[in-house]
Amino acid sequence: MSADFELVDLCIAACADDFADKGEVLASGTGVVPRLAAGVAKLGSNPALLMTDGECTFVAEPVPIGPRGDYRVKPENWIPFRKIFDLVWGGRRHFMTTPTQLDRHGTPNISCIGDWAQPKAQLLGVRGVPGNTINHSTAYFVAAHSKRTFVEKVDMASGAGNDPQRWAPGVRRDFHRLTRCVTNLCVMDFGGSGGTLRIVSLHPGASVEQVRENTGFELEVADDLAETRAPTGQELDLIHRLDPHGQRAGVIRG
Amino acid sequence: MDKRMTAAEVVAELRDGMTIGIGGWGARRKPMALVREILRSDLSDLTIVAYGGPDVGLLCAAGKVRKVVYGFVSLDVIALDGHFRKARQTGAIEAMELDEGMLQWGLYAASLRLPFLPIRAGLASDVERINPDIRTIRSPYPDDELLLAMPALPLDVALCHVDHCDAGGNGQILGPDPYFDDVFCGAAKRRFVSCEKVVPTESFAEHGSFHTLVLNRTHVDGVIEAPFGAHPTACAPGYGIDAEHLQTYSAAAKQTDDWQAYRQQFVDVDGEAAYLEAVGGAERVSAIPQAIF
Repeated sequence: MSADFELVDLCIAACADDFADKGEVLASGTGVVPRLAAGVAKLGSNPALLMTDGECTFVAEPVPIGPRGDYRVKPENWIPFRKIFDLVWGGRRHFMTTPTQLDRHGTPNISCIGDWAQPKAQLLGVRGVPGNTINHSTAYFVAAHSKRTFVEKVDMASGAGNDPQRWAPGVRRDFHRLTRCVTNLCVMDFGGSGGTLRIVSLHPGASVEQVRENTGFELEVADDLAETRAPTGQELDLIHRLDPHGQRAGVIRG
Repeated sequence: MDKRMTAAEVVAELRDGMTIGIGGWGARRKPMALVREILRSDLSDLTIVAYGGPDVGLLCAAGKVRKVVYGFVSLDVIALDGHFRKARQTGAIEAMELDEGMLQWGLYAASLRLPFLPIRAGLASDVERINPDIRTIRSPYPDDELLLAMPALPLDVALCHVDHCDAGGNGQILGPDPYFDDVFCGAAKRRFVSCEKVVPTESFAEHGSFHTLVLNRTHVDGVIEAPFGAHPTACAPGYGIDAEHLQTYSAAAKQTDDWQAYRQQFVDVDGEAAYLEAVGGAERVSAIPQAIF
């Protein structure tokens, strides 16, 4: 990376691009990078986005992450969990999160590792992911692109992906949309055959071979494969403002 | 109308094998004083329905649970609850894992005395595979859409914790989110609500607007005054999540001895006053700031 920015900043910008065209919806990002990305988009490419304080207040401007010091949130409206559910089911949301496992169809797992009946590792449970993925657009950020995350088959499908086998006839599919998956190596979309993951841009220094070696399934490559763009000066300023304690520095290791 | 009672009287109404819904969310506004009273009892074989936090983990650790119905179990400031994980990973409990919205819908259906409510969440995922008893249904209208028919989740008992109740069972929630407490109460045959303070009905307005009166008397059979009764979970704006305590609690899942030590220090104590002393006293708990998410 250049002296001006780190890899994580480039990832944040790539994630922010995913919020740019979503209109007046709740921008939800779980984890440091998705959340900063939503904030960067709201203060840049898409001011119409709605954001929360991480709990139940809609805020007029994104809240910096970590201890807030003298910062006071700027409430705009009230959004307790039940109203979040209403927004989700009405499709007024774009969601970016980090799955524990993801298959080529974008089927996420955040629930457990191993057989669900008696898992090797119990994780969170499906949370709201089934409802999110079937009702509105969803994107993923993965900080360590590896075969542990990108697997042939997820241990538990915690939400809907693009695998046609999982969609029974008659289930309404047009609200479901997977947009992109950003990792520490590349940006992928779901433009591969049958809506599978496909590399659309490589981060500076990463290669297609490297990405493929770290992916547990065959990965297509876009014809117009590009290099992931660098964050702009304005984006870097916003990132610094929204992450005053530098929490993003711990996201990508190595 | 005076519905005031003690936690011990609540537990005396419970029976082995009951289905108990617990209000709150994760590590927020959980009726922990009532949960601790259950921990001290002989009750067993319970089915617990919750947006789970340390309530679920503690009941699992104490061997009170046959089955947990959940969308998640998390301590919020710590992602995972060690005791719940252990119970799942050793196969000690049955599980019904649902989308958070499916759980709401199941409780809501029960509260409306409907057999099910249609929902999309869960379709095209393994939620159907792990819940083979949950059926789908075709829309009877021209759209012909296939929907998931979320079955009602009727509860024998609901337990909640709020800021204020009057003796008649009106409940006031001063925190920013009512979560789904009213839906839990709606779904249950018997509803017991603990509160920081029992107040005269006419004083509700001094504390907050009408909108804070989330539970009405038809929701509530018993009112239990339990100051700091949500600890170690938060009861905003009064006190925040006790992250330090939750760390100790969750880490105690690693060794049986650690759990026994935790249990001796914080559960098998002489009532809630002794508990409050064990966790540092009223002054310490009052000073715990609200978590930042």
